[in-house]
Amino acid sequence: MTTIDLLLLFLMMSAAMWTVMTPGLLYSAIGLALTSAILSVIMFQLNAPLAAVFELSVCAGLITVVFVAAISLTKPMSKQQEAQHAKTRLKRYLALPVIVVVLGWMLWSAPLNFDFLPRGIASGDEVRQVLWNTRRFDLIGQIIVILTGVFGIVVLFKNRGKEEAEK
Amino acid sequence: MSIEMSQQIWAYGVFAVLLFVAAAYCILVSKNLIRILIGLELFTKAVTLLLVAAAFASGRTGLGQSVIITLIVVEVVVIAVAAGIVIGQYKHTQSISAKELQDLKG
Repeated sequence: MTTIDLLLLFLMMSAAMWTVMTPGLLYSAIGLALTSAILSVIMFQLNAPLAAVFELSVCAGLITVVFVAAISLTKPMSKQQEAQHAKTRLKRYLALPVIVVVLGWMLWSAPLNFDFLPRGIASGDEVRQVLWNTRRFDLIGQIIVILTGVFGIVVLFKNRGKEEAEK
Repeated sequence: MSIEMSQQIWAYGVFAVLLFVAAAYCILVSKNLIRILIGLELFTKAVTLLLVAAAFASGRTGLGQSVIITLIVVEVVVIAVAAGIVIGQYKHTQSISAKELQDLKG
C-alpha cells in the first residue's frame, strides 16, 4: 500500500467525519460531495475508472444537487433554536471521533492471519462486456428502479399540486 | 494472494468499517431527516469502497464496476424519492424532524 492510498483513505474518512459532525446542513452536503470525490479518486487508483466516473458525476454531482435543493426548500432554524441546538449537539456527537479512533486502532492492530478472499479467478474482464452480456438482468432491474423512482416523484408532486389547488 | 495485497485489502476494509460506523452513528443520533439521508449516503459509500477493494483483489474489476454502477443507480433513486418525501413532510408539518413522523394517515 502506497502513501498516497493511505493519505486518500484518511482524507476520505476526515471528509466523512466532517459531514457527520458539522452543524450546517449545507456544509454537510458539501462534505458528502467531497467524500464522493475522494472515493472516486480511490476508485481510479484501484483500476475502476468507469465506476469512478459514475461516482464523481452522479454521487458528487447529482445527489449533491438533490440535497441542496431539499435544504433550500426547507426553512432554516431561528437563531434562538440554533443556539439551543448547538449546546446539545456537541454532547451527542462527541463520542463519534472517540469510537472511530478506538475502533480503527483495534482493527488496524488486529492480527492478519487469514485469507478473506477467494484465490484466483483473475480474468481481466472488461466492464462493458460484463454489464451487457453477463449482468444483463441487472440492467432490467436498473430500468425498473429508475421508472419506480420517476413514478414515485410524479405521484408525490401530483398529490401536492391537487392539495394546493383545493386550498 | 500475497501478504502485501492482503494488507492493502485489510486497510480498505478497516476504513470501510469506520465509514459504516460513522454513518450508523449519524443515522442513530440525528433527528433531522436530511441528515439521516446523508447518513444513508455514507452507508453506500462504505459498501462501494469495500466492493471496489474486493474487485481489485480478486482481479475481477469488470464485474465489480458493473455491480457498483447498479448500486449507484439504486442509490440515486432512493435519495431522490426520499428527498421528495422529506419535502412533502415539510410541507405537511413545517418541520424536518424525525420526531414529527409519528402520525400515519389512513
